[in-house]
Amino acid sequence: MIERLQKILFQSLLAAVILLSTSAGAVFVENRLSDPKLEARAQVIAEGIRCLVCQNQSIMDSNADLAKDLRALVRERIQAGDSDDDVRQYLVDRYGDWVLLNPPFKLRTALLWIGPLLVFIGGGFAMFLFLRRRNDTAGITVAPKPLSEKEQAELDRLLTASDEESRS
Amino acid sequence: MRLGSLAPVLTFSGIAAVMVYALFYLDPSDIPSELLSKPAPEFKLDPVPDYGPGLEAADLKKGKVTLLNVFASWCVACLAEHPKLMELQKNGSVEIYGLNYKDKPDAAAEWLTRNGDPYSRTGMDKRGRVGINFGVYGVPETFVMSPDGKILDKIIGPITDDDLENRILPLVKEYNE
Repeated sequence: MIERLQKILFQSLLAAVILLSTSAGAVFVENRLSDPKLEARAQVIAEGIRCLVCQNQSIMDSNADLAKDLRALVRERIQAGDSDDDVRQYLVDRYGDWVLLNPPFKLRTALLWIGPLLVFIGGGFAMFLFLRRRNDTAGITVAPKPLSEKEQAELDRLLTASDEESRS
Repeated sequence: MRLGSLAPVLTFSGIAAVMVYALFYLDPSDIPSELLSKPAPEFKLDPVPDYGPGLEAADLKKGKVTLLNVFASWCVACLAEHPKLMELQKNGSVEIYGLNYKDKPDAAAEWLTRNGDPYSRTGMDKRGRVGINFGVYGVPETFVMSPDGKILDKIIGPITDDDLENRILPLVKEYNE
């Protein structure tokens, strides 16, 4: 019963998410290209182009005037027969790599791309060192010297003494 | 060992320092121009009515430093920088061309009548395509053009006194001597 409820809840949530996301994408597709294949290409490119006014949105998500112009421009270039890379290069020539939401891998951006990997490797190495050192100290305490006869006698005496104390 | 226990503190200080720098000393709206030291794109535009002559790329290669100011009648920040342009025009230190960005001709003409006309040439970029070719992403923007029509510098937003003294006038002086 509960399982069925959960399933229904999940399905309706999923439906809501899908419906909402498609309607959000449909807001800014004015003047589509007549060829659906070209239009699809134009939209994929536009999703990877940063809106220079609202900087963390793509031109597909932004309703800024410039974003509208750039969307029209992307469609125009596609219609004129440019390849996807040509269109991107056209915009990069004018606005720089900045206009691409996915920065290209270059010497200048190498740290950006490799940085997380370096942090991961460095962290892993530090962790390895830390754990090994902790294991070493544990190894030393595990095998202490056995008690001498005198020490053992003293221990026994103390234990029996405390036993009697707790009983009384 | 003592250094090891300090590691988290040092890591945090490092990250905090980078964040403070990015927060207070970097301006995310200041996108470096891709077109610096490149020739101006080709264009030919009609003037704002009664505020001619028109503007084309060839006008930027007339052997002296010029300013290409992108403006619009709907742009409030343009109004703020306008007195500075008027003053520059009055003391004749540099010639200013006006690129009227995505404006209505009548509105642009009226704006210039009301606020004064510092431009010796104007061009109406009604569709904003010349602006895109120049990498314009907001108004106002001001390009400092070399005598042979290359983009020397680009000032984003209204020209400040600091921009004028440290970026525009030194270039004017350097190239016009």
